[in-house]
Amino acid sequence: MTFSRRDLLATGLAAGTLPLVGSSPAFAQAAPTFTPEKGASLRVLRWAPFVKGDEDSFIANSKKFTEATGVDVRIDKESWEDIRPKAATAATAGSGPDIMMVWFDDPFQYPDKLLDVTDLATYLGGKYGGWYPGLEGYGKRGNQFIALPLAAIANAICYRQSMVEAAGFKEFPRDTKAFLELAKALKAKSKPMGFPHGKAVGDGNNYAHWIVWSHGGKMVDDSGKVVINSPETIAALKYARELYQQFIPGTESWLDINNNRAFLAGDISVTANGVSLYYSAKNDPKMADLAKDIKTVQLPIGPVGKGVELHQTTELVAFKHTKFPNAVKAYLQFMYEKPQMESWITASSAYCCPALKSYIDNPVWTSDPNHAAYKTASETLRPNGYSGPLGPGSAAAMADYIMVDMVAEAATGQRSPEDAVKRAEQRATRAYRNT
Amino acid sequence: MAQATLTTAPPHRSLLADLSHNRAFLGILFMVPAACILLFFLTYPLGLGVWLGFTDARLNRPGFFIGFENYVSLSGDPIFWLSVFNTLLYTTVASILKFALGLWLALILNENLPFKSFFRAVVLLPWVVPTVLSALAFWWIFDSQFSIISWVLMKAGLISSPINFLGDTTNARASVIAANVWRGIPFVAITLLAGLQTISPSLQEAATLDGATPWQRFRHITLPLLTPIIAVVMTFSVLFTFTDFQLIWVLTRGGPLNATHLMATLSFQRFSSGQLGEGAAIAVAMVPFLLAAILFSYFGLQRRKWQQGGDD
Repeated sequence: MTFSRRDLLATGLAAGTLPLVGSSPAFAQAAPTFTPEKGASLRVLRWAPFVKGDEDSFIANSKKFTEATGVDVRIDKESWEDIRPKAATAATAGSGPDIMMVWFDDPFQYPDKLLDVTDLATYLGGKYGGWYPGLEGYGKRGNQFIALPLAAIANAICYRQSMVEAAGFKEFPRDTKAFLELAKALKAKSKPMGFPHGKAVGDGNNYAHWIVWSHGGKMVDDSGKVVINSPETIAALKYARELYQQFIPGTESWLDINNNRAFLAGDISVTANGVSLYYSAKNDPKMADLAKDIKTVQLPIGPVGKGVELHQTTELVAFKHTKFPNAVKAYLQFMYEKPQMESWITASSAYCCPALKSYIDNPVWTSDPNHAAYKTASETLRPNGYSGPLGPGSAAAMADYIMVDMVAEAATGQRSPEDAVKRAEQRATRAYRNT
Repeated sequence: MAQATLTTAPPHRSLLADLSHNRAFLGILFMVPAACILLFFLTYPLGLGVWLGFTDARLNRPGFFIGFENYVSLSGDPIFWLSVFNTLLYTTVASILKFALGLWLALILNENLPFKSFFRAVVLLPWVVPTVLSALAFWWIFDSQFSIISWVLMKAGLISSPINFLGDTTNARASVIAANVWRGIPFVAITLLAGLQTISPSLQEAATLDGATPWQRFRHITLPLLTPIIAVVMTFSVLFTFTDFQLIWVLTRGGPLNATHLMATLSFQRFSSGQLGEGAAIAVAMVPFLLAAILFSYFGLQRRKWQQGGDD
């Protein structure tokens, strides 16, 4: 069975879900048509969902695609930590799934093994208000799209309103200076804060990058030269040291799950996490009171004057080894079109912040007041290894926890900020050599 | 044979028939499958690993021979040296503790205790439980907020705040060593117990009649006769400890501040970020240490001739 955009449009209209996209001028200009190859079938490998609605909607959308085109789509999932090696193996071996949902700068590890999706990405960007620059960076290499940015897994401050009020703050502070004051007051009058300083892949990296970026420090410059040793970074580390002294003891050992546990047990008043933390409390009848007390807000703004955060990002890549490149593109196009993408974003319960700007006006962000803080993730997001190029260097620096270690060393007082930054500079130079 | 010399040899005896009576050939033939398995599953991956360590292989890049560049580069990597120090500390302290406590336990279990079989079975438990599961249990035991040890001590009024088991660098090192010792004792204890049971009671009885004290009996009878087993057990114990990975990965991932990063965990971390050459080089750098441990056991502890292939 052949499949064209016209068919797709018809299906969407028949289902009554497609709004009048035909009226968009961009749509009229450059809608690519991908006709799936005869007898095509696709294998998609994605990460195991954190929010059930995400998976249900993803499968439902894929099913709709199969109904519309006859192209069978098989969806497998792997735990999030196994995605990286599986994708690398698929790329290197030249076999396996046709499409994969990958993390961070994974596409830049094997760019020449990925299907060029520039035509599709340009079309989608034109039609849906453009890509958020931070997320676009994870998909675009030079002028070519090697991946379609899918979403930012948003991270935000989660706090206990009663505890913050008990510390004498009616509103949650918006800048780093007042945030430190809050930390001191919380430790003195209520429960302390806690952010992970251990090898927490998600939360630890988010926190460490926020500390450094919010003060103007960065790992490398535009050319990939290591510039972490700067007065801005040292100021950031001094701030981290002061903040850490107000934390609950033991944050040096925290992995990704520890801050959730401590927060839900009522041992800490403030941490940063995905919206899943709020849902752990909300979905548990025993924690109803706690859930009502939880509020969320973006991480405070530092001396740079705007919100800058890492967040976790995910992209969809298609491998060159696929036998059905047209079916792949037709599928991706279908999944990114409004009826499907909107329902997926909605079903993900604020866990996934869209990569395309026009999808940000989604009812999910207002359906619960605690969702709002996660809405700006795609906007405040900066790619890993900012402001240098993505590639083996940026991936190695993150995998080696260089930023996390530097902040932890200085924060805990194990090294002076100057020594910690020198050590990070040395390690980063190694990570970025020959890249 | 006598018959064969009397009768004339069959004129058309095939080569195959000849070979089938050739002991040397048969010996080799029967060893071929095992040799193939060893070559394919052991020598080849090891050789490939060593080769990788001499290349600049990354994900999606086959890598070119770069000689010792990875090793030179690692020699300037403070995290690598920290991991070497951590590994040596971890192996030495944990092995000594496992040996001392394991031997002690074996000596106790060798006495005539009530419910002897039951105790012997129970002692094996830590060894039987999958490492990842016991590591997860220790993760909770050492949790910075919910540790049961901290909880009990706090309830007893002995401490006012939870112990920072995995957050403080010294505590973290001690904690992971404690978890490793707990897990490793049964292996040492049960194997030494087997060794103890091979020592003839008549030797002990004779010594007792001669007026030897328990310490003298241990020092001059038990220990010398146990040395061969000790050598084997401790070689294995040191090798297992040196290459430990699961326990560290679950408990700390090498943290805090890389204080518990072992060479094995660091190698994995580098591999997972796509730095295949460097990850392999770290793994290969473990080999000299392991060889040294084996050679020490071979020449240092197995001093009896029969252990080195001769007659005693």
